[in-house]
Amino acid sequence: MKHSTRLITGVGALAVSALALAGCSSGGTDGGSTDSADGELTPVSLQLQWFSQAQFAGYYAALDQGFYEEEGLDVTILEGAADIVPIDVLTGGDADFAISWVPKVLGSIEQGAAVTDIAQIFERSGTTQVSMKEANITTAADLKGKSVGSWGYGNEWELFAGMGKAGVALDDISLVSQAFDMNGFLAGDIDAAQAMTYNEYAQVLESINPATGELFQPDELNVIDWNEEGTAMLQDAIWADSDRLADDADYADTAVKFIKASIKGWAYARDNPEEAATIVTESGSQLGESHQLWMTNEVNKLIWPSTSGVGTINQDQWDQTVEIAMDTPNETGATVITEEPPATAFSNEYVEKALAELEEEGVDVIGADYAPIEVTLNEGGN
Amino acid sequence: MTAAPGSSTRARPPRPKDAPRGNAAVKRVAFGVGGVLLLVALWELYKAVGPAEGVVVGDLTILPRTTDLAMPHVWDMITRLFGETGSGRNAVPVWSAVLEASAFTLGVAAVGWVVGVVVGMLLAVLMQRFRTAESAVLPWIILSQTVPLIAIAPLVRRWGSQLEFGDFTWENWMSVAVIASYLAFFPVSIGALRGLNSPDAIHVELFRSYGVGWWKTLFKLRLPASVPYLLPALRLAAANAVIGTVVAEVSIGLRGGIGRMIIEYAQQASGDPAKTWAPIFGAIAVGLVAAGFIALLGVLLRRYRRGEVPA
Repeated sequence: MKHSTRLITGVGALAVSALALAGCSSGGTDGGSTDSADGELTPVSLQLQWFSQAQFAGYYAALDQGFYEEEGLDVTILEGAADIVPIDVLTGGDADFAISWVPKVLGSIEQGAAVTDIAQIFERSGTTQVSMKEANITTAADLKGKSVGSWGYGNEWELFAGMGKAGVALDDISLVSQAFDMNGFLAGDIDAAQAMTYNEYAQVLESINPATGELFQPDELNVIDWNEEGTAMLQDAIWADSDRLADDADYADTAVKFIKASIKGWAYARDNPEEAATIVTESGSQLGESHQLWMTNEVNKLIWPSTSGVGTINQDQWDQTVEIAMDTPNETGATVITEEPPATAFSNEYVEKALAELEEEGVDVIGADYAPIEVTLNEGGN
Repeated sequence: MTAAPGSSTRARPPRPKDAPRGNAAVKRVAFGVGGVLLLVALWELYKAVGPAEGVVVGDLTILPRTTDLAMPHVWDMITRLFGETGSGRNAVPVWSAVLEASAFTLGVAAVGWVVGVVVGMLLAVLMQRFRTAESAVLPWIILSQTVPLIAIAPLVRRWGSQLEFGDFTWENWMSVAVIASYLAFFPVSIGALRGLNSPDAIHVELFRSYGVGWWKTLFKLRLPASVPYLLPALRLAAANAVIGTVVAEVSIGLRGGIGRMIIEYAQQASGDPAKTWAPIFGAIAVGLVAAGFIALLGVLLRRYRRGEVPA
């Protein structure tokens, strides 16, 4: 009897470990998603700032639609995560290009990272402060005396600059550290919460308003848009390794091709937002379908219509970003940077080549007649 | 445990002890289920009678809000498990997505646990054998646990991605397993060292007087004697491996596991508050399976479990 129980427990233990190992081996094959069978293509890796989501729709669309392949590139998209700094991955040589916000990178550049903004994909800022209509916060000046949410980690500069411009000191508000979700705002802990137009703002609109029993409506909210307040900073840009751009002609050539195909992907996302959202969802994003489509549409609004061709770094916007980064102190008195970034911090050389080729092919890189679609959000974003 | 070796038990008639033992097992299960039910009852009770705005002392919230947003009903959480993950083509029932992610996390944690146990045991044996090794290595083992996980996670991923021998390429899940093993080896090395040193001097001297070599003493005396110290250490290591896996998944963004699912569902916390709890249940399930595995291990090693000591 004793032996039989021992046998059973032994088998049980084996079964558990076999299960465990099976779970693991199925995971092993899950990691890489490149088919690098074709030896002719140049392998290129792109490091994103966050998980797969429609914020990066253009790159996923370019991959899915074969635009990268047409340029002879075999692109691998590396997702970001909580502790992954895209610029560190780029300078560490583990990615060829990276997507990151300009102010976040300016600090790295001052600390010695040799990287160049080669294409400014987002022309407008998606950062806002959202508040309930009854709080009556419509401009930065109204933030005085309120509890104001921010994620920190470099997401706070437009807010602080906007407040500075309106004469609201940091002591005049109570700064609340905000989480991933909007629960702090919905619970009333935060009067004016930080929200990206393409993500957190939608999260509010996907939630039930206890007062009405229905989803929150845009007319129940006030939004401070930093583009209108004049303290917008440049966000998603394609960054390349400055040293490799200077020394390696092939890399510089690849950069042009990469920008060209990426812009084509963004043009696809503009003309086919539904398909682009589906492509992103099928790449493994867990966001709900209506949320994904909302994000695609809102991101399109940050890009289109473009002032001087998608990806072009407009000098006035760059200067505004640098100026805010130098002159706006945070709650500890620190600024993003203390002096002007080097001339290598951005270059229009590559994007101009890419735009010229795209225009030749008849791709609309301005989107003058772009009109956003109407997206209906469902509860929970589903 | 019966102290006598197995030979004599076979002939014995069914022990009267068997009946109360069966009852004890039922009792244990009943207590376990009762504990869960009590937690559910407490949750719902507080939700029903607690103030909607929580209990706030000064500016400090000491008890949470009781709104559906902050504390969804337990039945809502369970109902949500049987709902769909979304409305699109890829939608599957939430429980099946959670189950898949849990199996993935469990697998990575198991690899991390095995690596951690092997490394921890080797270190313990090394430290037991050489006094100098103990004074040289032990402080480093303790120091190693003071390095924050979020600092080493991206480093491990980057070092790993530079490794390549022949057909072998480093996958991201291996980085997560390494981080899990980094947390798992610590209790094993400390517990095993204590266990290996636990035999009485009189026993060690007996072996010595028979001229038994160090290796044989290790296998016949020290390792069996270390089991009561080792089992709690292995249990801690299993818990550490699971936590390490989940945190490292968040940290480096490994796709497929519970860690990432927690973050992704948390983004929907405002619109779909019950859904965020689904991966948390998954994490609990992973922890239970890991603990159950160690319990099985304890049954297999029961001959050696005399007077188990808590680690």
